[in-house]
Amino acid sequence: MFSGLRTTVAATAVSAAALFAAAPAMAEVEIEYWQYFFDARVTAMEQLIENFEAANPDITVTMTHFPYANYRTQVAAAIPAGEGPDVVQLFYGWLNDYVEADLIQPLPADVFSPAEIEAEFFPMVSAMEQDGQYWALPTAVRSLALFYNERLFEAAGIDGPPETLDELVEIAAALTERDGAGNITQVGLTTGMTAQDHHWFREVLVRQFGGSPYSDDYRTVTYNDDAGRAALEFYTDLQEEHGVTQVLFMDEPQAAFRAGRAGMHIDGSFRIGALNDTRGLNWGVAELPAGPDGTRSNYSSYWVNAITSQAEGEKYDAAVLFMDYITSAEAMEIWLEVVGELPARQAVGMTDENANDPVYGPFIRGLAYANTTRFADESAQRQLMVEMVERVQLQGASVADSLATAAEAEQALLDDYYGE
Amino acid sequence: MTADPRAGTVADGPAHALLFLTCRRSQPVADTSQSDDMSPTARTGLSAHWHRLSIRQKQVVWAWAFLAVPIVFYIVVRFYPTGNAFVLSFQEWNLLGSREWVGFENYVDLWNDPVFWIVFVNTFEYLIIGTPISLVISFFVAYHLDKVRFMHGTIRALYFLPFMTSAVAMAWVWRWFYQPVPIGVFNNFLAQFGIPQIEFLQSTSIALPAVLAPAVWAGLGFQVIIFMAGLRAIPPTYYEAARVDGVSNWTMLWEITLPLLKPTIVFLVVFSSIGFLRIFDHVFNMTTNNPGGPLNSTKPLVLMIYETAFGGRSQMGAAAAQTVVLFVILLIVSLVQLRILRDR
Repeated sequence: MFSGLRTTVAATAVSAAALFAAAPAMAEVEIEYWQYFFDARVTAMEQLIENFEAANPDITVTMTHFPYANYRTQVAAAIPAGEGPDVVQLFYGWLNDYVEADLIQPLPADVFSPAEIEAEFFPMVSAMEQDGQYWALPTAVRSLALFYNERLFEAAGIDGPPETLDELVEIAAALTERDGAGNITQVGLTTGMTAQDHHWFREVLVRQFGGSPYSDDYRTVTYNDDAGRAALEFYTDLQEEHGVTQVLFMDEPQAAFRAGRAGMHIDGSFRIGALNDTRGLNWGVAELPAGPDGTRSNYSSYWVNAITSQAEGEKYDAAVLFMDYITSAEAMEIWLEVVGELPARQAVGMTDENANDPVYGPFIRGLAYANTTRFADESAQRQLMVEMVERVQLQGASVADSLATAAEAEQALLDDYYGE
Repeated sequence: MTADPRAGTVADGPAHALLFLTCRRSQPVADTSQSDDMSPTARTGLSAHWHRLSIRQKQVVWAWAFLAVPIVFYIVVRFYPTGNAFVLSFQEWNLLGSREWVGFENYVDLWNDPVFWIVFVNTFEYLIIGTPISLVISFFVAYHLDKVRFMHGTIRALYFLPFMTSAVAMAWVWRWFYQPVPIGVFNNFLAQFGIPQIEFLQSTSIALPAVLAPAVWAGLGFQVIIFMAGLRAIPPTYYEAARVDGVSNWTMLWEITLPLLKPTIVFLVVFSSIGFLRIFDHVFNMTTNNPGGPLNSTKPLVLMIYETAFGGRSQMGAAAAQTVVLFVILLIVSLVQLRILRDR
């Protein structure tokens, strides 16, 4: 009773305040928001729009979503024709293309101050800054962690997940099983550059062995050195030397882990939902193992929202208000709850509750030291990593040669993209 | 009064129409005596022309009127985009920005791209392995099935079934067949007898035939049906005459059946060649993680086009150039085949 009354009073006060705050600013405005279709994301956004509209009764937000496969094409066709959204969601890696094609406009610095963003958001969000202005901001971010099968750990008598890369190999060996002919029937660790391993290699292993994958502006490949060779050797040795894995065992790394045929599996926070739905699988999450000298690193990716070049006048003002809300702490908490993606603001992510959560905790702690690769063409750059390992495993190329070939091809791709 | 109006209007409808028609028909006759300024409004332009046409001419006009619909459709949906693709192949465009002229740069880049030459060879490997094997098997099946009376329809249906199955579903089932132990059917079978694993899809040499096998199998049903239709079309009197002369089955096959099947064979060679040169869905679905892999060993030209156009960078100009190359290859291969098979 008491709390019910309090809520009502509070709600009335809030909506009244919102009403007075918004009323003089504008008349009825309708803005359009676009994102790609993913069930949980759509549900979360519906909830955010509802809250936003309650606080800004003069603004209506219409959400349209498209299948992921057509999303980029639809946006590209619609905005120049003046048919598109006022606020649009895009992958962080597409920012360059969108800026160059004049599809989006910079966020106003009075509401989205660059200094404040740098202080409050996780560090990799700075990739959204160009020429001193922020062009887009995420609600949520993703990072990598090590999933492990608790049942297999127990059966092999292992207490907990590995803390270092050496322990990773050791534990993986204890979890690997083979049949009489020597064929692997259970892998200690899943591997496959086609899945998340190319991120693990670039942003984690290369850095842990003392190198850095690219120059700071991500236009120059710098992994073709001793650190890169040590990292690639560690990776290929998992199969060639230690025999604790098999590339694409059971077709896909996540399939092997979900089937309970893999002891450990490196994947992104977006996998949590699918694993929760897998019956009979007891799994835990740990931070990615530390490198030989204790270095920790992680890879983070995210989707961002931006105001399109089409939004003008009162639509622009409404779009700014909407952007402000969907990048607020409140929106991030809703997003974490509904979608399972991690808050982009440190203050929200790093609360004791979130950082110590048994499932989200390792991902959120990983964000603090995560790097974000600025891709020119993610799928093509991943393909080069895939082929780098295939040359070693299928054609007997040396680690050094294969790494050099990959570095050269990737540099050519980057040069071509940046027009050098 | 209550029911009559309705009955009246129903009855009036046709009556009015008739009256109207007769009026229109009789109008010119009636009007001849009157002034000429009324008839131009009723009878100007098209209508006047139409009435001057003969029945035959009218039929031609109607035929073109109906043909115009598919012609317009083809121009809008086929020819315009095709022409556009040719233009696009000399431009650079990433879907988002504006198009820029780059001359022959896309073609030069393609020529200098080592992956293109691997893909080029793969594309012809699909053709050179796939077409003869599928034709020989389907002819063999059709030739013998033609002689079978027992459960003929059922057996024919069984051969035709894969052709009706979705290529995507089939590719995924075969993809799992090809996996190593513990989930691959073929390798599990081999493992039972202690035979070493075959890395079907993880080998640069075996992967292409492995991907091709289900594609050949899927096309078999169609080719068998066409061959059987061709076999049925050969007059039985030729065989009767040969039998009277005491000719062997082998000679009958070489001297009667195959020469008379030539139109069928020409059709199937051209048709299946185009199919193998355009192979995509089997390859793409069996290697989705690493499209056309490992190390591009299974990548056909169509998959390369797809990746260039709809991969991360959306290089539409380069993809259009590859499409033009594919078009030229298809054109040359089809023309050569038609020439060779027709003249002999």
